[in-house]
Amino acid sequence: MARITAGVTTSHVPAIGAAIDLGKMQDPYWAPLFEGYEFSKQWIKDNPPDVVFLVYNDHASAFGMELIPTFAIGCGEEYPPADEGWGPRPVPNVIGHPGLGWHIRQSLAEDDFDLTIVNEMAVDHGLTVPLSLMFGQPDAWPCKIIPFAVNVIFYPPPSGRRCFNLGKAIRRAVESFDEDLNVQVWGTGGMSHQLQGPRAGLINKEFDNDYLDRLVTDPEGLAAIPHLDYLRDAGSEGIELVMWLIMRGALNTDVRQVHRFYHVPASNTAVGHLILENT
Amino acid sequence: MTLEKPYADIPGTVVFDSDVARRGYWINQFCMSLMKAENRQRFRADEKAYLDGWRMSAEQKQAVLDRDYNRILELGGNVYFFAKLFYTDQQSFEQAASSMTGMTREAYREMMLSGGRPPEGNRYRKEWESG
Repeated sequence: MARITAGVTTSHVPAIGAAIDLGKMQDPYWAPLFEGYEFSKQWIKDNPPDVVFLVYNDHASAFGMELIPTFAIGCGEEYPPADEGWGPRPVPNVIGHPGLGWHIRQSLAEDDFDLTIVNEMAVDHGLTVPLSLMFGQPDAWPCKIIPFAVNVIFYPPPSGRRCFNLGKAIRRAVESFDEDLNVQVWGTGGMSHQLQGPRAGLINKEFDNDYLDRLVTDPEGLAAIPHLDYLRDAGSEGIELVMWLIMRGALNTDVRQVHRFYHVPASNTAVGHLILENT
Repeated sequence: MTLEKPYADIPGTVVFDSDVARRGYWINQFCMSLMKAENRQRFRADEKAYLDGWRMSAEQKQAVLDRDYNRILELGGNVYFFAKLFYTDQQSFEQAASSMTGMTREAYREMMLSGGRPPEGNRYRKEWESG
């Protein structure tokens, strides 16, 4: 049977991808950030997943305004990196797991989560930057990846509660898949940041560190945070954090935190990162 | 029935809700077109002519020509869409964000290096109006 063994959260700032692709990881500006992921690269070598269920948001790359899914699951075989205006990132294509993807989609529909099915799409920095942070720069990603895109751009995104419950349903779906697979769930985006308007640059370290604490110990409480609080306290783009709750919902109530990292700034954003193992 | 917008009292922020998104449909779709290299070339060659191919309002077109990102926000543009515009200009997210704050790029970068804009005094419009 497939099982979920661990969860990872990380921010997915595009400038981090650019720093990796342009070989700037040792620059004084970037070095402290990448040091925070050294542990993670070793950890994932020691705990290699067969499949990563990767929760992220598309940033008007695959989905413009002609079609806007709230939850979209990648059931396809392969996804190229998107051209976001600078040309595609020089990273390998993402290889999917259609068997598990289609299975999860059916199980979730029976569990009241009706998803949009995607077989062909380009994947942007929201998905590829977390892969680069965890796996470095391999010729091929070392596992299969199921992209799971969440609308966090068109307000309001799904509630924290719905995201948390969706995570629980994803767990039930994975555990009913009849193949022996080690599955990790990653929740990406955040932490506090605002990219637009005169208030751009907002960072809230207190909010972020409380969030990191409670994602481990009190996810039910976090799931009750209203959207207004994210907007006001964590910036208009801080609301991406609801995606972390999907990851957390897919794990056990009790988890072991094996790594925690927080860094300001990466471009306009506070970077947060957790690795949680199911006990 | 009118939807409540309790977020309207957050200063310096346009929340991309249904009203804003509907207003910005064509400006955002124009921005999406810049994901193709050949469209970026055509736009660079004659911005005005390229914009005239889109069903945008005169104000929206002017805001694009002026690269007035705060005006683009007011007129329904979303930052992830008009990122295609400032990427076409070879600008980074940090440069574009700083231009919306009225700060110089250096001052903005310095603020971010010192931990960013604090939430204190930046949560409610009235805090900006009294400041």
